[in-house]
Amino acid sequence: VSTVVTAASFRDLSDGELRLAVDALLAEYTGCLDEERFEDWPELFVEDGVYKIVPRENFERDLPLATWLCESKGYMKDRVVGIRRTSVYGPRTIRRFVSGLRVLGWTGDVLEVRASYVAFETLVDEMTRVFNTGQYRDRIVVADGRLKFKEKLCIFDSTLVANSLIYPL
Amino acid sequence: MPDDTPRVPLRPFRRWPDEGSRRVPYWVYTDPDVYAREQELIFHGPSWSYVALEAEIPNAGDWKRTYIGDRSVVAIRDQDGGVNVVDNRCAHRGVEFCQRHLGNNAEIMCPYHQWTYDLKGDLIGVPFRRGVKGFGGMPADFDLARHGLRKLAVARRNGVVFASFGAPPPLEDYLGAPILELFDRVFDGRELKVLGYSRQVTPANWKLMFENIKDPYHASLLHVFLLSFGLNRVDQPNRLVIDATGRHAASMTWRGEQKRTADNAEMRSLIEDLKLNDPSMLDPVREFERYTICLMTVWPNLIIQQQSNTLAMRQLVTRGPEAFELAWTFFGYATDDEEMTRRRLRQANLMGPSGYVSIDDSEVMAFAQRGVRAAPDATAVIELGESGWREEEEHGVTESEIRAFYDYYRKVMGL
Repeated sequence: VSTVVTAASFRDLSDGELRLAVDALLAEYTGCLDEERFEDWPELFVEDGVYKIVPRENFERDLPLATWLCESKGYMKDRVVGIRRTSVYGPRTIRRFVSGLRVLGWTGDVLEVRASYVAFETLVDEMTRVFNTGQYRDRIVVADGRLKFKEKLCIFDSTLVANSLIYPL
Repeated sequence: MPDDTPRVPLRPFRRWPDEGSRRVPYWVYTDPDVYAREQELIFHGPSWSYVALEAEIPNAGDWKRTYIGDRSVVAIRDQDGGVNVVDNRCAHRGVEFCQRHLGNNAEIMCPYHQWTYDLKGDLIGVPFRRGVKGFGGMPADFDLARHGLRKLAVARRNGVVFASFGAPPPLEDYLGAPILELFDRVFDGRELKVLGYSRQVTPANWKLMFENIKDPYHASLLHVFLLSFGLNRVDQPNRLVIDATGRHAASMTWRGEQKRTADNAEMRSLIEDLKLNDPSMLDPVREFERYTICLMTVWPNLIIQQQSNTLAMRQLVTRGPEAFELAWTFFGYATDDEEMTRRRLRQANLMGPSGYVSIDDSEVMAFAQRGVRAAPDATAVIELGESGWREEEEHGVTESEIRAFYDYYRKVMGL
């Protein structure tokens, strides 16, 4: 699928082509995070994009607290500053896998998408472990001639975080 | 006369260093016998452990599953408005009957053989008690009243629920007047509103979490985010309060400025040009009298956090000598408007497993555990400030709260 298409032409894509376009966006998303190109991560969102990591227990009870709350691209850039400059943490590798992609369809200008994710964590001198699993609930729009996230929710299954959650999921 | 000898004997070479609480031997963070004795004498002893906010269980039949030490308990609201706390263990065969964090039931029934209890924990029914077709059944003298759930002592104050396996003094006396006054500053009787939960498991001994909060020294050095924005630094006004026993404490500060001065010249991590791309994340309003931050440590399992407008109970749950769970309950007041709730939720980015501030702590505690694990007989050096501790300090350049904590800890533990 060409990346230089207009908003209208995204609406004309077949289900299969649209699915490939969403899959490419998710691969770009996990790719920049897995490779620790964190500065590229906010650019996959629109300016007023929302990113949240929420424990399933809060989500199911309609409790508003997020473990990680970004209400704009600015919040995301600040998180990158946190990762790069202010936070103190041990070295780690996080690798994310996405499966079970479902493109639910357009609601107005917003494409609703669901997928499962798993993130593996590798700390120094420790075996790789399952770090976090959950569901992406994404709302995607067409901006600058390409697909971008308007909202990305990561609803994670375990009530417990294995110590610290430092990189985006 | 009761025998006061702890049931868990320690190995004879576990002897506290002669310097007293200015030294902490590293075996207290790793030794399974020490851990077992802590469960017995501290968590199952005459201490008030935090278990719930009343706002979590407002209606009759509401319950919350939680922990005291590593033992699961359930806090239940009864029809009279009372709160009962019971062991999460059926009186029949020991089954942990409650498997969810929160719920509501008219009565408590164990799934295994359906022994049924009322909301106060009293046994009200046992299937096949009179047998089936004339066969079996319980003995004629089986007395339901003698087989209820294990009930804990309960204390409530302004919406906060504590419980104990022992018989501690009244909560107000247990906290002591200076700590009680700070407790009432946040819990002033207004109805609370739960905003959500965060839970994390840190691979470190539970005492390291208390030491971290009882240590205003580290915040000016470790927390680049906090110190750069002038949220908490020792060159700002600080006040420490320690209760007469040494077991509880509180650290208070007033917010300062983001600039270099002669007083913070040694804080190498201070970044003067650090700016938020979206400042709405950190837009605190003055909400409480006097201090902008008040962090309280309440023996043996609670940290009460008032960090600007983000309020949270941090409950310590022990998970063996080398891990603890920190269960965060973020809350506001029922009277908060939408803007205040949004402010609390945004500032919550500083706290929890992804907190701009608390990431540093959970990571460093894991480093500490790795450091002490292989050197049980080496000791920590707790020398900052004067050698002992006082009930009030007007600065934070001291580790006195940690020395006070270990004075009390050693007394309880017989060390």
